[in-house]
Amino acid sequence: MIDLIDVYKTYETGTHALNGIDMHIDDGEFVFLVGQSGSGKSTIIKLLTAELKPTSGSVLVNGYKLESIRRGKIPYMRRTLGVIFQDFRLIENKTVFENVAFAMRVVGARPREIRKRVPYVLQLVGLENKGRRYPNELSGGEQQRVAIARALVNNPSMIIADEPTGNLDPARSFEIMLLLEQINALGTTVMVVTHEKGLVDRFTKRVIAIDEGKVVSDGMDGYYSYEEAH
Amino acid sequence: MKRHTNFFYLIGQGIKSTFKHGFMSFAAVCITVACLVIINSFVLLCFNLNHMVEDLQRKTQMVAVVDESFSEQEARHLGSQINLIENVHKADFRSNKESLAAYIRDYEEALFDGLSADSMRHQFIISLEDNSLVIQTKAEIENISGIAEVYADIEVSNALATIRDVIYVASLAVAAVLLLVSLIIISNTIKLTMMDRKEEIAIMKMVGATNGFIRLPFVVEGFLLGLFSAALSFFIEWGLYELVLQAISKQNLAFLDFVPFGSVLVAMAISCGVAGFIVGVFGSLMSIRRFLRV
Repeated sequence: MIDLIDVYKTYETGTHALNGIDMHIDDGEFVFLVGQSGSGKSTIIKLLTAELKPTSGSVLVNGYKLESIRRGKIPYMRRTLGVIFQDFRLIENKTVFENVAFAMRVVGARPREIRKRVPYVLQLVGLENKGRRYPNELSGGEQQRVAIARALVNNPSMIIADEPTGNLDPARSFEIMLLLEQINALGTTVMVVTHEKGLVDRFTKRVIAIDEGKVVSDGMDGYYSYEEAH
Repeated sequence: MKRHTNFFYLIGQGIKSTFKHGFMSFAAVCITVACLVIINSFVLLCFNLNHMVEDLQRKTQMVAVVDESFSEQEARHLGSQINLIENVHKADFRSNKESLAAYIRDYEEALFDGLSADSMRHQFIISLEDNSLVIQTKAEIENISGIAEVYADIEVSNALATIRDVIYVASLAVAAVLLLVSLIIISNTIKLTMMDRKEEIAIMKMVGATNGFIRLPFVVEGFLLGLFSAALSFFIEWGLYELVLQAISKQNLAFLDFVPFGSVLVAMAISCGVAGFIVGVFGSLMSIRRFLRV
């Protein structure tokens, strides 16, 4: 669950990135976070992953109060999240299997558990036969699937996808979104940050629109409501 | 999900990484070896200077004159009491006859014309363990019944003790500075390998790796590089030292009494090991700190 209450963030440069954001996302929801460049989307992601602390206000993620979280607790909070990036962020010198297994290693999983869980997750994202390949031997869509598998492997309660289709063609983008929808259907909360209008409109999901560091619309009307509010 | 520590996995990762980043490991080892050889050369120089000063100190002597009422046999017995004093390295008895002979040998014979041995007193020529304690030792010898007078060249003794202390402090200071310089160089070299893996570290952080999990392989890598460099620098130092000793022996500088490497072997091995450990492990820890702030 995510709860942002009256959140302000001002950078050291004086830039006001967030100006009183209020947002609540329940467990099991699928939400699109949309907005133009510089609207504050990236700042929200950084707050949710504890890369930044808010200047004021409260940020609650899966039971962790991030405005006052101790440094040593941050890794444990991050383990409740699966984060997917536009540029996939895979480790080039590790195979697909190793990239996914690595996330389990980090949380202290036993080798036996890893050998059992990784093939299952790779099958879930449709890469059961690509475990021995290296990232540079895969297409963009496949690399993003590996990133999704890595995000999923520790069974997080929430997936945050930051422009997950930004580097993919429309067909591959749609496939990735369908995969995220399937993951959501299995009970995982999914938050997708995007500015791809066409993609958002193909799914009837809750859309939260941000502009100049504020929520300008929040509803089930797709990207349309964002444009209207603009 | 049941958790376990991953300790051996992380150790394995550190070992693998040392070989995987072969070129950077080679560069780090070369720089560390160069620094350690310089540090150890200085340590050896200090060992030798200290050895020479101690040797000179040992040669600085004190003269204890026996009461004139004591016969030669009675005077000789005082030697056992003098030798019981902790700071006395050696007390050699010199009878009045031997004393006269020594004076005649050292000065002009004419000065001692008509002088009999009976006008001289029996003496002890005493060398000390630690010349900085000359005043206390002199007092202790004077307290022995039968010792009439004790002569000591306090200024020379104190000067030698001061020289030794200065060498100790200077050696410590220079070794510390060189160690710090090595640490900075190694830290920067390891930082370069980390720049290469910055993205990997960021990914580890993002999937919930603790700082300890990220740090351990780098520390293992630093430890291995430090230890290997220490071993290499130890043998290089040994070889160089033997070469220097050989060169000196050919130059008729026999009055310079150098410490044989065998007698400082254990100390040098410990010094190399500790320096390698500090440079490797702390070098890694220093360089990784910046990359953990994600």
